[in-house]
Amino acid sequence: MSTPAATDPLAQRAWHALESVPDPEIPVVSIRELGILREVRERADGSGVEVVITPTYNGCPAMEQITDDVRAALAAHGIAGSVVTQLAPAWTTDWIGPEAREKLRRYGIAPPQPTSCGSAPSTESAAGSAQVLQFAPRRNARAEPIACPLCGSHNTTETSHFGSTACKALMRCLDCLEPFDYFKPY
Amino acid sequence: MDAAIAAPSAAQDRSKPASAPSGGSAPHAVGSVGANYLLHLADNALVLGQRNAEWCGHGPILEEDIAMANISLDLVGQARLLYQEAARRIGGEATEDTLAYFRDAPEFRNYTLLELPHRVGLVGYAQSDIDYSVTLVRNFLYGSLMVMVWDALQRSSDEALAAIAAKSLKEAKYHLRHASDWMVRLGDGSEESHARMQAALDHLMPYTQEFWATSELESQAVATGAAVDVPSLRTAWDALVNEVLAEATLKRPALPAGYITQGKSGIHSEHLSYLLGEMQGLARAHPGAQW
Repeated sequence: MSTPAATDPLAQRAWHALESVPDPEIPVVSIRELGILREVRERADGSGVEVVITPTYNGCPAMEQITDDVRAALAAHGIAGSVVTQLAPAWTTDWIGPEAREKLRRYGIAPPQPTSCGSAPSTESAAGSAQVLQFAPRRNARAEPIACPLCGSHNTTETSHFGSTACKALMRCLDCLEPFDYFKPY
Repeated sequence: MDAAIAAPSAAQDRSKPASAPSGGSAPHAVGSVGANYLLHLADNALVLGQRNAEWCGHGPILEEDIAMANISLDLVGQARLLYQEAARRIGGEATEDTLAYFRDAPEFRNYTLLELPHRVGLVGYAQSDIDYSVTLVRNFLYGSLMVMVWDALQRSSDEALAAIAAKSLKEAKYHLRHASDWMVRLGDGSEESHARMQAALDHLMPYTQEFWATSELESQAVATGAAVDVPSLRTAWDALVNEVLAEATLKRPALPAGYITQGKSGIHSEHLSYLLGEMQGLARAHPGAQW
């Protein structure tokens, strides 16, 4: 599901036109690499393509920009098409592949840890009582420490739960002392 | 948590359509909730989102200013998806904007807890009276409920609702983490921070009784088999809340018997109209305006 492929020629052409559309807020990665671009399918009546995208955060203001960018990319390649937003399966940072994670790191954003570990409580523990306190900061129970994207040190700390965009938290490296963004697991 | 979704009664669900909710909803598929239930969830998110956004530019520290703006953004995003789905079920001229901006207070279905101002007393007019401890305690009490509600609803037979719930759960968990962190940090903090968190908890806890008093719209939704029976979450919620309060060294107040608020039935405190007045004023002064 994370690397959907188009098979028919028009859809394939549209896919190629769209796979380099950058994320408006983190332009170093594309909407395909982030897992936002889900599918491109040819309309049954041959009148063009339908592009399926999935929203990241429910309130992320970049989604409208992404829809516009997809339409513009199709138009630039002379392909008629419409954009369909699909909620399920819910977008997850686990769909961001190794290549894109490396791009994020080089850009100065620590890539997200797998959603199964880290600071967010799992579905099971959210409802139960035994593990709830794992999200108190003094017990900062991340399975693995987050590496500083600048110097690589794992001696880092969270400055703020929330950062400059919905998808990021603010961290600080205790070795090189630089602040950096962390792409939150979602 | 599977038990939290009311088990659909197979014979009933297959043979007749779910009863239409009051409020003029279009008929909906068996195993789906009515528009009113979606509005209850949406109004909760929108009203708290609007309240928390009052901190934008006024946060006690920059990081918390950003936190409240981000949390509000998530909540308004959740509300938009729910209003869009409710509008589809209501049909006619309904849109997410008519539902958010052109309904009056008695039509809102949010918990009273969420519309209260950010202060302990019920009167107070100056901006300086607002108290961040109330904000944090409310986010904690509501967030700890919503991780359970969304978790149950992501397995709802109502596919559109389940999809929204699965996304909202991810955000609710993060909001709860933020609120829980601060419950502990300030509850187990200085003498003053402890006293203020305790006062906020004493003030707000009575309003959580509304969670457990099933309203008519909730009963109708639970009868479809697609909604969550919130009182069934109470034991788990108590355990979660008690554990955080213990680490925060806060004392859970005993609840006096008395009036239980009914915001979700449209009977609100005096505070909601002011909140809506601010939120809806622009859209009503310039209907149809685009910006």
